[in-house]
Amino acid sequence: MIRLEHITKEFSSKNKKITAVNDVSLHIKKGEIYGIIGFSGAGKSTLVRCINLLEIPTAGRVYFENKELTSAGEKELRTARQKMGMIFQQFNLLEQRSVLENICYPLEIEKMPKKERTARAKELLELVDMEEKANAYPSRLSGGQKQRTAIARALATNPEVLLCDEATSALDPIATRSILALLKKINEMLGVTIIIISHEMQVVEQICDRVAVMSNGMIQESGEVKEVFLNPKSKTARQLILPDKDEAGLDAGRVYRQMLIELPEDEEKKNLVREFFRRNKIYFKEGENGA
Amino acid sequence: MNQQMMELLADGIRETLYMTIVSTIIAYLAGIPLGVISFVTDKQGICKNRAVHFTVGIFINLVRSMPFLILLVAIIPFTRLLVGTTIGSTATIVPLVVAAAPYVARMVESSLKEVNPGVIEAAMSMGSSRFQIIYKVLLPEAKPSLLAGVLISMATILGYSAMAGFVGGGGLGAIAINYGYYRYQTDIMLITVALLVLIVQLFQEVGMRIVSRTDRRR
Repeated sequence: MIRLEHITKEFSSKNKKITAVNDVSLHIKKGEIYGIIGFSGAGKSTLVRCINLLEIPTAGRVYFENKELTSAGEKELRTARQKMGMIFQQFNLLEQRSVLENICYPLEIEKMPKKERTARAKELLELVDMEEKANAYPSRLSGGQKQRTAIARALATNPEVLLCDEATSALDPIATRSILALLKKINEMLGVTIIIISHEMQVVEQICDRVAVMSNGMIQESGEVKEVFLNPKSKTARQLILPDKDEAGLDAGRVYRQMLIELPEDEEKKNLVREFFRRNKIYFKEGENGA
Repeated sequence: MNQQMMELLADGIRETLYMTIVSTIIAYLAGIPLGVISFVTDKQGICKNRAVHFTVGIFINLVRSMPFLILLVAIIPFTRLLVGTTIGSTATIVPLVVAAAPYVARMVESSLKEVNPGVIEAAMSMGSSRFQIIYKVLLPEAKPSLLAGVLISMATILGYSAMAGFVGGGGLGAIAINYGYYRYQTDIMLITVALLVLIVQLFQEVGMRIVSRTDRRR
């Protein structure tokens, strides 16, 4: 579905050259939820912007449905972008337009007649559970409601892919959970391929099928979320899974992971364990593991 | 104050309003495209183009740095060519527009700079063309700020129009100069000044009310 081949992106300011993305190759399959995780400054936002060419890679190729976007003309690129929705950390809604009008925007771009536009927008409002806010303006919405609107807007043109750039990072835990559930629903119901950029392991762990761990513009490791989560090989992955860097912390990490595997398929209990460990930053001494 | 004086002042108000409003409209017709071009060709703009940005910038600064009274006299031949005369309110509109358009362009540009770059990025991610971004995103999103700019521009143009009274322009400025200054009629001078203040106040008050009513951010 999406193939990145040796993508490199350099930014040059006056006397410095910064390599934000360094020779990254990725293959994202149709219908999956793919996570790209890393600390801030790792280059993940730049990488995701290379997918729809909001950033033009310095080197490398981007393929979308077997078409090379990096060599596409402007018109082709715009058509491709209409098949790739994108949502952002700061929502980026049009502030002078109501929720309904925001959702209509991409359809106006496509020159869909007004009646059809409104009908389609109403369908989407229902999908994201925002019907009663149709005529509200973004300034009156909560963060979660803004992101729901943004999701509806991104889905208006029936895209194949949804790019999420830190889509839950500005939200509280409850809103985060409901947005992630919504993304999962969209993935299952509509078969939309989703790419999620995040610095929170929790986000990736909750809905992603596969994950790539990024730091310094490079992919440190990638694979099934379960694999990476249970057996992190790179330093970055270990730091992300359990923020405490010292030995004791890593031991706690092992316990924590084991508990999660051993727990039955009970999301609520698992979440409790997660919360508990994270809140208390619990340390285990050698030998006390499994206690 | 006699009947004649009242009529004179009423004419003055009419002429001043005519000059100010028509000049503002034409100045915006020229200033909006100029401001948009300057904005979109800037470094972070959607049609980055250094040469165009630089040229437009030079042109704007050139006209902006010229004192209005000098500009007024300097473009007399151009005014005559365009309207056939150099006196009266219609003739004054020409230098007013020439002076105000670059000013308006800068106002427009700074309003556009207030638009959240993230929103522009989102519009691009949805496959908008540059032209669509300008008229569906940039201008509508900047609308409250643009309208507030119109009010400021109007007050400035009104001030300029009064200055034009010195070189044969019409309106309240001309009355203040011809009666208040040359004929030492201090009362006329004071009345015209008071009227000018009143007009500016009125524009500002009514205008700001419209601005805050149309702004969806609050």
